[in-house]
Amino acid sequence: MTNKHSLKKLLAGPYLVWAVAFIIIPLIMIMYYGLTTEKGHFTFANIATITTPDNLKALGLALLLSIISTLICLILAYPLGMILSNSNINSSSFMIILFILPMWMNFLLRTIAWQSLLEKNGVINSVLSLLHLPRFEMINTPGAIIVGMVYNFLPFMILPLYNVLSKIDKDVINAARDLGANGFQTFHRIILPLSVPGIISGITMVFVPSLTTFVISDILGGSKILLIGNVIDQEFVQSSNWHVGSGLSLILMIFILISMAMIAKYDKEGEGSAF
Amino acid sequence: MAKKLIDLVNISKSYGENLVLDDLNLYVKENEFITLLGPSGCGKTTLLRIIGGFESPNTGSVIFDGKDITNLAPNKRQLNTVFQNYGLFNHMSIAENIAFPLKIKKKSKSYIEDKVKYALKLVNLDGFETRTVDSLSGGQKQRIAIARGIVSEPKVLLLDEPLGALDLKLRQDMQYELIRLKNELGITFIYVTHDQEEALTMSDKIVVMNQGYIQQIGTPEDIYNEPQNAFVADFIGDSNIFPAVMVHDKLVKILGAEFECVDVGFGVNKPVDAVIRPEDIDLVPVGTGILDGVVTHIIFKGVHYEMEVTANGYKWLVHSTDMFPVGSEVGIYVKPFEIQIMKKPESEDEEAIVIDE
Repeated sequence: MTNKHSLKKLLAGPYLVWAVAFIIIPLIMIMYYGLTTEKGHFTFANIATITTPDNLKALGLALLLSIISTLICLILAYPLGMILSNSNINSSSFMIILFILPMWMNFLLRTIAWQSLLEKNGVINSVLSLLHLPRFEMINTPGAIIVGMVYNFLPFMILPLYNVLSKIDKDVINAARDLGANGFQTFHRIILPLSVPGIISGITMVFVPSLTTFVISDILGGSKILLIGNVIDQEFVQSSNWHVGSGLSLILMIFILISMAMIAKYDKEGEGSAF
Repeated sequence: MAKKLIDLVNISKSYGENLVLDDLNLYVKENEFITLLGPSGCGKTTLLRIIGGFESPNTGSVIFDGKDITNLAPNKRQLNTVFQNYGLFNHMSIAENIAFPLKIKKKSKSYIEDKVKYALKLVNLDGFETRTVDSLSGGQKQRIAIARGIVSEPKVLLLDEPLGALDLKLRQDMQYELIRLKNELGITFIYVTHDQEEALTMSDKIVVMNQGYIQQIGTPEDIYNEPQNAFVADFIGDSNIFPAVMVHDKLVKILGAEFECVDVGFGVNKPVDAVIRPEDIDLVPVGTGILDGVVTHIIFKGVHYEMEVTANGYKWLVHSTDMFPVGSEVGIYVKPFEIQIMKKPESEDEEAIVIDE
């Protein structure tokens, strides 16, 4: 009995080694760097650098853009999730593949593709000038960053929403209609409340990577628009200041923990998790 | 005589090539417990969904209280459905579930509170207001679904195999509950089931369906004692169905033996089907019956013995409280009025008789 038990534990061994080496130790290192000076003394100064106007602006902008792109994803994904959950299995799995397909391509590649679409002399502007329409300047604006975020993270919103919506028993919706609720009342009182776990899960899965991204803002925002992710990136790579970088990372981690807590609260049964 | 509440006129419905209901006519009277009975795929649930407004017929119309409601949305119809899977709202408490139709109608808070209490009392679940749906057993969920269905005082309650998921004892209890509820509330129940015993126990009127056609409409007694065709005879209860010849009025030849019966008007020397219920066969001493046979099989069923008697090359199914061991020779006797004669169907199609009353 005990033998069998310890054998099972052994199977988790390889992953445990991985987790300790590449998740737990790095986390401890970030905590250590974030809370110490270069001489190894304890300090809150690294974390306090978030209060400098530039850093606050970067954090605020990151929050703003990720909130906007999360909302856009939600608005795009919810109706789609409802349509998919109502259609038959074959056509819905085809649609899902259609929306998941971009996820199988490299993230960097997708973002660079958007760059060449939105560039001053990019694909969209070439087509527009061919049609003698006015060119538009989107590259290096917050708008371009939002487009990149939405494009890259939309599948993470669709999947949990589809998952939770398709699990709602058709008889429950029929019962609401039967008991006198019109289409809007059925949505408002039945479908929406029952899909909350999927909404929370989708919001978190879009919001967290959007908030922490620096690649999308780098490629589509040029070097002009700095998000908090870019600031941290610069601290580590350009200034080689691991202490300040780690301190700012800890700030971001607070937002991530809040999001995780939200999932845990609303999605107790794991209904909304897509994977 | 109670007035017609629902009138289904020339209803047809098909899914692609598959014809589910074919030119069906049926009316339901006020304050009636009517059961749509048939094997799965006979179209009974589709018919219920058409009445409820969840499907629309390809042709024909649904008349409710004199008005055509064929194209009316379910929420605009004065009838409620109790779904097979209950259709309860998991994110609401029991009280909120039952209050749902009243809240939609914007009733006052005190009215809703009273009504919820009354509905819970009706289904014998007083004090369940704050319970969650997940904490209920199947039978309790069913009762809550019924309470929610009746709380807004619909004229008709549609029930789609509501007892299908319950165990035998609970199902029997619920059958009596439903009869009591229907009598207390004075509303019309349209009940769908494939369980003939359920149908016989509860209904005022049974509609036997098969392959999209109505086979027979009648009281439970009519359906059981005078099945109009072999399908009904076979589907309702156990029965012996014999190919027979109607010698002349009141005399039928079954397996070469002549039986007196009470049926007339089938002609002379016409092939017919004869139905004899297993409990209507009397086993008598050899030589004193109409024909003799040998007991070839016996099972104890609790209330009675189920025996198989081989006579004239046919295995007769017999139910009797008397026991005859395997191998014993017995005589078979059937009282004239306990033989039911049915016209032989000339083709597959005719087996599905459409009755317009």
